[in-house]
Amino acid sequence: MNKRRTLASIFNALGLLGLAIIAFGWAIPMLWAMAVSVHPPNEPLSATNLWFGTYLTLENYGQAFKIAPFAQYYLNTILIVFGILAVQLVTISLAGYAFARFRFRGQNVLFFLILLQLMVPSSALIVPNYSTIRQLKLFDTLLAVMLPFFGSAFGTFLLRQTFKTIPRDLDDASKMDGANWLQTLWHVYIPPARPALIAFALSSISFHWNDFLWPLVVTNSITSRPLTVGLAVFTQLGEIGAQWPLVTAGTMIVVGPLLLLFLIFQRQFIESFLHSGLK
Amino acid sequence: MTSSITLRAGHERRFRFGAAALPYLLLLPTLFFVTVFTLWPSARVFYDSLFVQNQAVKIPEFTGLGNYALLFDSMAFRQVLANTFVYVSVTVPISVLLALVLALVLNRKFRGLGLYRLAFFYPTVLPMVSAATIWLFMYTPGYGLVNVFIATFGIKSQNWLGSSDLALIALMILGIWKQTGYFMIFYLAGLQGLPHEIFEAADLDGASTLQATRYLTVPLLMGTTLFVTTIAVINAFESVDQVYLMTNGGPINSTAMLLFHLWQTLFSFLDFGRANAISVILIVALLIFTITNFVYTERRTTYE
Repeated sequence: MNKRRTLASIFNALGLLGLAIIAFGWAIPMLWAMAVSVHPPNEPLSATNLWFGTYLTLENYGQAFKIAPFAQYYLNTILIVFGILAVQLVTISLAGYAFARFRFRGQNVLFFLILLQLMVPSSALIVPNYSTIRQLKLFDTLLAVMLPFFGSAFGTFLLRQTFKTIPRDLDDASKMDGANWLQTLWHVYIPPARPALIAFALSSISFHWNDFLWPLVVTNSITSRPLTVGLAVFTQLGEIGAQWPLVTAGTMIVVGPLLLLFLIFQRQFIESFLHSGLK
Repeated sequence: MTSSITLRAGHERRFRFGAAALPYLLLLPTLFFVTVFTLWPSARVFYDSLFVQNQAVKIPEFTGLGNYALLFDSMAFRQVLANTFVYVSVTVPISVLLALVLALVLNRKFRGLGLYRLAFFYPTVLPMVSAATIWLFMYTPGYGLVNVFIATFGIKSQNWLGSSDLALIALMILGIWKQTGYFMIFYLAGLQGLPHEIFEAADLDGASTLQATRYLTVPLLMGTTLFVTTIAVINAFESVDQVYLMTNGGPINSTAMLLFHLWQTLFSFLDFGRANAISVILIVALLIFTITNFVYTERRTTYE
């Protein structure tokens, strides 16, 4: 028995060691990128000079900001992400309310049609959506990046489920008090649905913040390009080549604030991921 | 008193009349955007895939299944399918299994737990493009850390992204690194939801930790596994950012996958007909997984 216990504790220790090594391996790409982003640009990287140079410097960051308009890209991303979210919150609240509390002709068909959005990956529709954007003369605008996402089947569905759990009596009481449907929606339905709305918001934000293919297709200048596309353009500039300190600085400019926010709101982030499961 | 009653009746009648149209009005914005950017384009993708339309043929010409025939005849497209298949069938099982193991290990209290979870989860938060930039650096021939790492085993430096044998493997490593933590979180949540009593009973019956894991935990997590696998497959099929950034489909087409090939067909080859056919193939390939995902999501949100 004693022997077995010693054996078990040895296994346990080995397991923890293995875990530590794997975790370190997972962390290393980011740690290296961080280190190299403050590496002096005039000291070339080599097998013997892999991490920090002779001194720490922010020169690469300054240079990256000079070469690419990261501030503008940030602004574009923020406008896109929150523009989409603002419209979505309105459209999904209205639609969720309609499906949760009204009976009307064609209800099931309409619900099914909206849910089809969950079955068709939006990335498979870039060809027709690209021509729609061209026809609307919206190519290379922020609106072009946002437009296809203003309606959300997932959000509609989530709010329908949430609104259904709210007692109908509250709804009736509010109408008895003379509230119209908008007041009822706003005062009776929205407050208890806040956790669902926040979960939806976080998953929408993280999806659109990271989205790449669609903005790549419909943007073509710094006035509308989001961070992701901006970073891709930056790393592929001929003048940058393999100047890794510069490239990693650019990358850190893009991911730094994101990581910081994640560290602060870790719990909420993870919960929203769990809640949505749909990116 | 009388007047107030009349007023009230009038109000209700007006309310009922409005009520008939109200739900449709509430749905209008969502229906509009879903129709314009999902339903109509879905129909159009199918329809347009039946026409030739490219640089040579500017005005669409009906060809039936011609685009599909051309695609399946082309070596390049068959390679794209093979690449996609390999990428999906390697990255999905490895990351799901690894996520399960990590969750099992991290589902207890010990010192530094938060740090471990952070180490595995942070890649999920990064945009794929920036993760790809970092890994572009990791794979640098000579002093890239991947090469430094294999050098400790006596393997000489490889040009990972420049070799048609290694480039897809390099992308798969990035894929596994990026998403395992995401799946781990679902498993951790699943583990939290398992009933304690069963494990206490198993413990009383003298089951070892390994046995309890093998015969209780893993089967009980079946639902989570199904859900996570579905998301993993969908994401793997849609991989494109890293291909665009790291290899541009090369060398010699060895990393081109469906979505990248779609993009290429549209913007490099300017072949609309074929691009639409590829879209249809992508939609059909994913349909069964998206439906599973939806059914599962519905179950979760309904009975939670």
